[in-house]
Amino acid sequence: MMRTTRRAFLRGSASAASAALLAAPLMAQGGARVVVIGGGFAGAACARELQRAMPRAAVTLIEASPIFTACPFSNSVIAGLRAIAEQRFGWDALRAEGIAVLHDRAKAVDPQARLVSLSGDSVLGYDRLVLAPGIDIRWDALPGYDEAAAELMPHAWKAGEQTMLLRRQLEAMADGGTVVISAPANPFRCPPGPYERASLVAHYLKTAKPRSKLIVLDAKDSFSKQRLFQAAWQQLYPGLLEWVSLSNGGKVTSVDPASRTLVTDFASYKADVANVIPPQRADHIAEFAGVSDATGWCPIDPITFESLLQPNIHVIGDAAIAGAMPKSAFAANAQAKVCAAAVVSLLNDEVPPPPKLINTCYSLVAPGYAISIAGVYHPVNGQLVDVQGAGGVSPADAPPDFRALEASYAAAWFRTITAQTFA
Amino acid sequence: MLALPFVITPGAIAAGPPPGATSCSGCHPASATVNTPVPRILGREPDEIVAAMLAFRSGERPSTVMGRIAKGFSDDEIRAIALWLAAQEEKR
Repeated sequence: MMRTTRRAFLRGSASAASAALLAAPLMAQGGARVVVIGGGFAGAACARELQRAMPRAAVTLIEASPIFTACPFSNSVIAGLRAIAEQRFGWDALRAEGIAVLHDRAKAVDPQARLVSLSGDSVLGYDRLVLAPGIDIRWDALPGYDEAAAELMPHAWKAGEQTMLLRRQLEAMADGGTVVISAPANPFRCPPGPYERASLVAHYLKTAKPRSKLIVLDAKDSFSKQRLFQAAWQQLYPGLLEWVSLSNGGKVTSVDPASRTLVTDFASYKADVANVIPPQRADHIAEFAGVSDATGWCPIDPITFESLLQPNIHVIGDAAIAGAMPKSAFAANAQAKVCAAAVVSLLNDEVPPPPKLINTCYSLVAPGYAISIAGVYHPVNGQLVDVQGAGGVSPADAPPDFRALEASYAAAWFRTITAQTFA
Repeated sequence: MLALPFVITPGAIAAGPPPGATSCSGCHPASATVNTPVPRILGREPDEIVAAMLAFRSGERPSTVMGRIAKGFSDDEIRAIALWLAAQEEKR
């Protein structure tokens, strides 16, 4: 594929742009500067929408990692059903569209001066800033669980090396071993994720190490798609997978990485493989920018996704407090497109209309067996809430061909959303 | 055209995509190169999209997720989305 520099791109599109100039408002004519921090399903998609809607704008995407490793479907990698290479994407297509992609770390934001400082000494000015930084693990939230502990008891909640570490540990475990997964209280990235992971790890154990056991220790009494997951577990993994709810003492209060032990108020669980999914918050850049609150997440206006704490900064994806919308890749991507349209409107001195957003999340419980949850959301009294009567989960009594169809749609969704974001 | 004065009206409601429209491309491909069993909906006749959405919403047409999603939209919203989708082009 041909690489196009920003300048060449602008020259090439000059004639197309000149027609639009007649109707273009001041900002777009002058060339608005929009900086997007974070190159995932929210940030990369938002940058692309912005650049397409405002070809003369200077859109800069700041992303620390040289490669993107997608979280959706990474549970299949952990279960040995998929190669990690299928999870990896880059930003060359965005560069070709004229977006400046900087592999750098934003270390400070000055909302008054509208400046982003990067890890070097460089500083970027912006008219609008979009933060799509994703999550940070709260290393201070679970006694014993720090970054060194994550090398022994992986979280695998940011895809990449952690995903492979958990995979290798499962492969190395002897048949008859005990795997323990701990799930955090709400809110956290990918609400059905721990239970999809439990399902697929159970599938791996059932097929490769059938004398083993899997225990899920949960800091909650209920979770996403619960009835569907539990029905599938009963059908597919009886006696292998045990879920311990909060009420039954499932909340992990500390861990001892040296002995791979997870401690609750009632018992200690010694694991052969321990996957600790720890409490989370918005990535630390949100705190530096002053857009996260005491919860660690970022309150936003549900029409524009503009921060309620700082002007001209928008927050999308897992870092945002998006009301009823879950922290999913689909939701992040839907928010990115709404936010981009709102940013364009605001730069044009127009008022963005109230949006609707959709979420659809698939979870695999075994190869060829998926379940889904869908929702439609709109702003009401400053919150994104469910549109009444819409959404919900797959039917409880669906036949196997329905589950298989949803599994094929899940795989197709991944191809579609990654193409939209990165291809 | 060139001589027409252009007046900016601060506070005008933006004429962006209609509510919900941009979420469709989460599953329905906006690119010709994606391999998927999910139907392509860009550039289609608006009446086709409206008819499909109404049939999903009523349950007359069976679906996996579309029935659950269509219930979140009014007749007017569905029509607006259909017109917007019809005006979009697939990316190569």
